[in-house]
Amino acid sequence: DLPLRSTAKMDFTWGVKGKDFVLLASDKQATHSIIVVKSDQDKMYQLNDHQVLAVTGEAGDTVQFAEYIHKNVQLYQIRNGIPLSPNAAANFIRGELARYLRSRTPYSVNCLLGGVDPQDGSAGAHLYYLDYLASLNEVPFAAHGYGAHFNLSILDRYYKPDLSVDDAKELLRKCLAELRKRFIIHLPTFSVRLVTKDGVQTIDWNAEMAA
Amino acid sequence: MSIMSYNGAAIVAMAGKDCVAIASDRRFGVQAQTVSMDFQKIFPMGERLMVGLAGLATDVQTVSERLRFKMNMYKLREERDIEPVTFMHMISNLLYEKRFGPYFCEPVIAGIDKHGKPFISSTDLIGCPMTPGNFVVAGTCSEQLYGMCEALYVPDLGPEDLFETISQSLLNAQDRDALAGWGAVVHVITKDQVITRTLKSRMD
Repeated sequence: DLPLRSTAKMDFTWGVKGKDFVLLASDKQATHSIIVVKSDQDKMYQLNDHQVLAVTGEAGDTVQFAEYIHKNVQLYQIRNGIPLSPNAAANFIRGELARYLRSRTPYSVNCLLGGVDPQDGSAGAHLYYLDYLASLNEVPFAAHGYGAHFNLSILDRYYKPDLSVDDAKELLRKCLAELRKRFIIHLPTFSVRLVTKDGVQTIDWNAEMAA
Repeated sequence: MSIMSYNGAAIVAMAGKDCVAIASDRRFGVQAQTVSMDFQKIFPMGERLMVGLAGLATDVQTVSERLRFKMNMYKLREERDIEPVTFMHMISNLLYEKRFGPYFCEPVIAGIDKHGKPFISSTDLIGCPMTPGNFVVAGTCSEQLYGMCEALYVPDLGPEDLFETISQSLLNAQDRDALAGWGAVVHVITKDQVITRTLKSRMD
């Protein structure tokens, strides 16, 4: 049977691709069984100026794998003088996950990669969904974990390909409201990152919610 | 929970008169949850050769990438396109190499050989080849596909009729499978060209 502990599903990551940006969100709780060990854990890793990787899954595997990917993406940039494109980065991540899948030490990690290729103009925003078995999909929106079951239908209903940043934030608001109402696990805080051709911006979601 | 039915797929290939067709569904899902509706399961391996891969999605992607590499090397060394029957043996060997830790995917091959003769075949996940001559199927709804193909297939169909036949076989089979569906892609390969059509099916 395929390995992935059920605790991995408690983490929540979410992503939506807009006209020329990607909005990513993840919860901030690090849990071990019934205990919340830390409630300000950042599950997103900025791979380079225009790409963010959100990871969930087995504790430890997530950090080890994400840091490994981050260092290698940086190394490519150092060696070659130009950054990896989002498509190349996504396929690199898939290749590494696939390589380790049939080893003695597979990584049990689900990823969402959001990136913008500044050279590509409005066609440059990409969101990739990678699951722990190393399958890769480019998608307009995605989520991992139990939260996905609550949010994908809302995204199906309200998503449009030419979303503005404010529209995307509104979508996030709707999705998180649904989780708050219907998901048994209370997720109080979220990290939210906006990736555009100008770079990665951290959005203070508490401030957004208060506004 | 079976590994081969973790993601879900429906692939079918049929032979006609001087043409072949290969079709697949477009769903990528994780058990009951659908993640994307444009997942590629059929890959071109030459101007008149295509392979469809059913099974675990990660292995569909890994095997298609490995096949692309082998095909590129073949082209560089041989300076010609590969024959479909040779390609079948290549896949069979690739899969059997992993006999005791296999790739969880079942390929379906459709192509036209250098003499213009249609060729279709499939293998199981460890590479046992099968070349029936009329149609081959793979995926979570293979039994439904066998039924539809057996009912609708007649030999020596032209490209247009073959398209209709393979489309109806696929659509009606995948509608009876929860894990396959969300649209379909049909490629009809003749000596001169490949016509690709995307079908809108029941989107559930």
